[in-house]
Amino acid sequence: MSQSASCLTEKYGEIDKYIDNLPSLRGALVTVLHQAQTIYGYLPEELQLHIARRLNVPAAQVYGVVSFYSFFTMEPKGQCAISLCMGTACFVLGAGGVLQEFEKELGIKAGETTPDNLFSLDALRCVGACSLAPVVLVGDKVYGKATTSQVRGIIEEHMQRMAKGGGSNE
Amino acid sequence: MNNNDEVKKVNLTINGTAIAVAPGTVLLAAAHQAGVHIPSLCYLNSDEFQYRNSVGSCRVCMVEVVGRRGLVPACSTTVYEGMVVRTDSLKAIRARRTMVELLLSNHPSDCLICERNGNCQLQQMAADMGIRSIKYKGAVSSHPKDIESFSIVRNPDKCILCRRCETMCNSIQSVGVYSAIGRGFETTMGTAFNKPIIETTCTFCGQCVSVCPTGALSEVDATEEVWKLLQAPGKVVIAQTAPAIRVALGEEFGMEPGSVITGKLAAALRRLGFAKVMDTNFTADVTIMEEASEFVHRFQHGGKLPLLTSCCPAWIKFFEHQFPDLLDVPSSCKSPMEMMGALIKSYYAEKAGVDPQDIVVVSIMPCLAKKFEAARPELVSSKGHSDVDIVLSTRELARMIREAGIEFLSLPDEEYDNPLSDSTGAADIFGTTGGVLEAALRTAYKMVTDEDLQAVEFQMLRGVDGVREAEIPFGNTKVRVAIANGLANARELLQKVQSGEVEYHIIEVMACPGGCIGGGGQPYTKGNMEILRRRAAGLYAIDSAKTIRRSYENQAMLTMYAEYIGVPYGEKAHELLHTSYVRREDK
Amino acid sequence: MSKRIGSPEELRELQVKLAPRTALRLSPAEREALGIPAAEKMNILVCGGPACKSTDSDHIITQLRVELQKAGLAEEVKVVPAGCMGYCAQGPVLKVQPDNTFYVQVKATDAAEIVQKHILNHQYVERLMFHHPASGAPCRQEEDIPFFQGQVRIALRNCGVVDPAYIEDYISLKGYQGLVKAMEIGPDATVAMIKQAGLRGRGGAGFPTGTKWEFTQSYTATPKYVVCNADEGDPGAFMDRCIMEGDPHSVLEAMAIAGHSIGAAEGVIYVRAEYPLAVQSLQTAIKQAEEFGLLGENILGTGFNFSIRLNLGAGAFVCGEETALLSSIEGNRGEPRVRPPYPAEKGLWGQPTVLNNVETYANVPAIMLRGAAWFSSYGTAGSKGTKVFALAGKINNIGLIEVPMGTTLDHIINHIGGGIQNNRAFKAVQTGGPSGGCMPTALLQTEVDYESLTQAGSMMGSGGMIVLDEDDCMVNIAKYFLEFTVDESCGRCTPCRIGTKRLYEMLERITTGKGTNKDIVDLQELGDIIRDCSLCGLGQTAPNPVISTLRYFKDEYIAHVEEHRCPALACTELLTFTVVADKCIGCTVCARNCPADAISGVVRAAHTIDPDKCVKCGICLDKCPTKAIIRY
Repeated sequence: MSQSASCLTEKYGEIDKYIDNLPSLRGALVTVLHQAQTIYGYLPEELQLHIARRLNVPAAQVYGVVSFYSFFTMEPKGQCAISLCMGTACFVLGAGGVLQEFEKELGIKAGETTPDNLFSLDALRCVGACSLAPVVLVGDKVYGKATTSQVRGIIEEHMQRMAKGGGSNE
Repeated sequence: MNNNDEVKKVNLTINGTAIAVAPGTVLLAAAHQAGVHIPSLCYLNSDEFQYRNSVGSCRVCMVEVVGRRGLVPACSTTVYEGMVVRTDSLKAIRARRTMVELLLSNHPSDCLICERNGNCQLQQMAADMGIRSIKYKGAVSSHPKDIESFSIVRNPDKCILCRRCETMCNSIQSVGVYSAIGRGFETTMGTAFNKPIIETTCTFCGQCVSVCPTGALSEVDATEEVWKLLQAPGKVVIAQTAPAIRVALGEEFGMEPGSVITGKLAAALRRLGFAKVMDTNFTADVTIMEEASEFVHRFQHGGKLPLLTSCCPAWIKFFEHQFPDLLDVPSSCKSPMEMMGALIKSYYAEKAGVDPQDIVVVSIMPCLAKKFEAARPELVSSKGHSDVDIVLSTRELARMIREAGIEFLSLPDEEYDNPLSDSTGAADIFGTTGGVLEAALRTAYKMVTDEDLQAVEFQMLRGVDGVREAEIPFGNTKVRVAIANGLANARELLQKVQSGEVEYHIIEVMACPGGCIGGGGQPYTKGNMEILRRRAAGLYAIDSAKTIRRSYENQAMLTMYAEYIGVPYGEKAHELLHTSYVRREDK
Repeated sequence: MSKRIGSPEELRELQVKLAPRTALRLSPAEREALGIPAAEKMNILVCGGPACKSTDSDHIITQLRVELQKAGLAEEVKVVPAGCMGYCAQGPVLKVQPDNTFYVQVKATDAAEIVQKHILNHQYVERLMFHHPASGAPCRQEEDIPFFQGQVRIALRNCGVVDPAYIEDYISLKGYQGLVKAMEIGPDATVAMIKQAGLRGRGGAGFPTGTKWEFTQSYTATPKYVVCNADEGDPGAFMDRCIMEGDPHSVLEAMAIAGHSIGAAEGVIYVRAEYPLAVQSLQTAIKQAEEFGLLGENILGTGFNFSIRLNLGAGAFVCGEETALLSSIEGNRGEPRVRPPYPAEKGLWGQPTVLNNVETYANVPAIMLRGAAWFSSYGTAGSKGTKVFALAGKINNIGLIEVPMGTTLDHIINHIGGGIQNNRAFKAVQTGGPSGGCMPTALLQTEVDYESLTQAGSMMGSGGMIVLDEDDCMVNIAKYFLEFTVDESCGRCTPCRIGTKRLYEMLERITTGKGTNKDIVDLQELGDIIRDCSLCGLGQTAPNPVISTLRYFKDEYIAHVEEHRCPALACTELLTFTVVADKCIGCTVCARNCPADAISGVVRAAHTIDPDKCVKCGICLDKCPTKAIIRY
């Protein structure tokens, strides 16, 4: 085995173990990508190539799948993941404005991560908590009936938490 | 099925015409019987090559079925008893037209300067429908063009997502370079991580280009460079022509597929300004001498078997990616094109007293992978020059002939130039699947048994089936041979060999369905496999018309061996006519 | 000790033994229906629906337990973390049984009072009861609350009753006896029963479930598969999520029934990855069902094998389309395939497959237990049973409801839903999500079923029901849905990939004042063609939001293009902000807060807004102390 290959084995040992324990490799691609993203946080090119080799599917197919599903990301997410529900109920109750405010305050667009890797911002499809619309999720924490004026406060709250070494809000 | 229990036909009417067709027929095919043409773009089917692109994605074949809500795609709707179809209702006509308009609304309108101008199925459809304006204008997607490879140019902006290339690359070639990437309006056909195709496992077989209905995929155009070199002072520009060209080029000038235009080809090249016109057929015979010798050597000395033919550069690159641990299995013979390049720049150069550095070898090939092959570092001579400088596809040559204003049909038949042109019938059939093996057997038989093979035609090796095999008696021994065309077939065959399930002495592989006659650089067939059949028939006809059909009887070649190379598979032969392979990434 | 139940008889015995567990949670009527004896002790059922959970219902459970412990009642009174009770707007909610008392907007700090007053002293906590909006009178029981009036819970029958973490709860309510019945009467009779019940697919298109099963049964190829579509992707819909979280075994049991009927041994639930709690709930349920011998090999000793595994979706709305969903399970891009062949013939891995959604399955065990006639006694001529809706938007009673087919929109919106928030005027109700349409006031008497909604230009869809008020611009709503479709189109076929984008662009032009009358004509024409030509349901229904709003709210479109005016004042680009001079006191607050420097004026004099500079952010409007700034 070449040096780079053994290096990858070490790096991707956890997903390798998962793949080894699969009852069948048939149709396993999406499931393996889910697991890989859970383990490594995101799906960089090298990891996708590794999975392509392990499942014996073309790399283009892996990339085609990764680029198809909005759940998969090729970029690492920020320490603090802010998500806004963009379901219909949230939309008609002003989620668009709240999202814009977050974009303005964080200086990034939905789907992006701040350069300091602290925050990432995402617009989600319905999270099914329509009575709380508009809904903002920070990690597992739910902010219901969110308004634009709350935005700065939410960001500051999590800035402070992270400054105290609170880590992610999972 | 015997005639007695012939399956009952299905009755239906299309635009008021009653017809009866076999059950399972799709409307698109059934309509022809009613004298109705339904336009289609993404649909492409060839049962012979197991190619089936029936994805129903372009929707330009929508028709009305009375009693059904909405419209149905004729390409993927099967007939049923009593079906009443209208392809001519206003609703259907408008829907089809709108589909084309939508495609055009997200398509560059630079038809006049497009590679496929005049040969584009989308353009043809817009013309047929008389589209004069784009009704629904809006954003046009824009993606980087990939011009980095030696063989294929990809312009995703011209892609209509018919998925033909993807189907070809995945199911026929098992290479899987392409996938749809992203989703929604921004969906494109792309490579892994949108890398340039040169960085992928692409074999450059060019079959994706062959099936592309638009200018999204095309060959790297070398005509401009050739024009310049033909005019460059001090350069001796020498052409060589592959076997499969001579039965296909005529189509570009309105001739029937399979028409043999060897003489006109030589004449055209001379009129374009080539100093000499050599024939790759000559080195096809040389390849047989080398490969048969190598085979006999391995056969008699317990070397690695099976011997895998190495004429096809797409197959070789495929092998390097997919079977990197078996690099010593394929024949070490260079391809006939490369052998010709090497001989022009050594044997011929010495004979003619020309400095090899001044020689430019331009190969006319049915193939796009040959462009990649010519650029392989392994195929640079010890003196630092490439065996072959430029490769033109059949289509590119046709463009040059047209541009030069040469009236191809009225050209006289001319001879090729010596000393590298004479060939036996064995060389001609190199252009079709099974041909290389058949040619090799004619010579190997002699080498093993020391007898001349009398019945030189191996009918069981001919045809287009994906994998064919036979057992040929060589005196007391039997030689087991197999042929694969299409890389997925080759992969499957190789895997069976690897697992020990089957054993062969020689395997011939050609990447393209049908062999070089169906190469990625040939005139577009638009899925009409009958054209390939006729090209193959053309080659077999040339062979059978020749009196000398066994390579070892090629006198010019024997002279060359005597004057220059010495013995086949000898030291000089190794230097000039053999090569080595490299391990490549598998994904 | 093994928990395996060895036979149907043992299952029935276990049910009788376990019945007291849940008898406490049922109202007398419910107990009677199931033939379960009355109970004496008490249960507190705490709603665990998404909204209540998000507002800390878990904490309430903890506090109640602490208080009960203190009162020495920990053994006597059980606090049950149950599934969704539906009344999200009043969450967190809880129910004390068996006296059927419903408390709303409960806080963890209320736990002490509930235990002290209600549990110990049998006095109701009036302040936690719902108060009738008209009379102001407290409503103690669900039946007294308008939100619950006219609701019938079949699919949701166990949500809010069972603790989804315990299979014993489900068994005690005759869970898995529907499967026993199916095994006893055999596949043909089971399929006949589902057909007779008139159950139709609750995922949107409303295909008759029994017929689907019958088709799949008729194909001989094996193996066959049973698939559950739990990729609830409509924005504004959370029915399936609640069922999976609150009553997972109903789905599992129904899949086993389907498996037994068609001859399948394997089931797959394709569930959204965005629903981690549903995934967890299903995983627990599958594990327990396997332990009890209700899934897996040799179920109940009958020799029937059926296993279920989960398959996580990855965020693609199109995977709600059945063939796209199957592609996704097979590990590919979720692109739909050409139909026919239908999944019944060639589904998962090219094998015969039954595919239904969560809500459809949730009805099946109830039908098996209580009979086809009972089920079909609810509903309309063509649509039997009930439908679950996620009621949301500008409505007072946001929540999860289940009503018999045929209930009028008016009853749902104005009675159950309690009318429009903030006394605004109703404008439209949107059903069917991105595939559906908007219905105006004139259609409020529509009796909700598959046919009537389709006729009204909308569709049943999976059950999202969003209420819109006078502040919602219908062009903007259409644009919202089109933006969604454009983003979620798989990109495979031309009309959906390019056509919906063009529709969106026209709407974008109209909402920004750049539209023309030609755009309105084109919207209709192109919309019709996209509907007729698209490959799958997503594209075929994508124009519905446009076509239906054009049908009922064309005047709004015309106002946008002809007068460059948004009647709902929702399209900011079309708004004009201006200062009403005699109301302005010249405090300069607006000018100081204007991010575009568009407001000028001196202290104590009326200010003016430069329309060319104004970015229409509305800050001035919010900041003005005298409401001197208006927009129109």
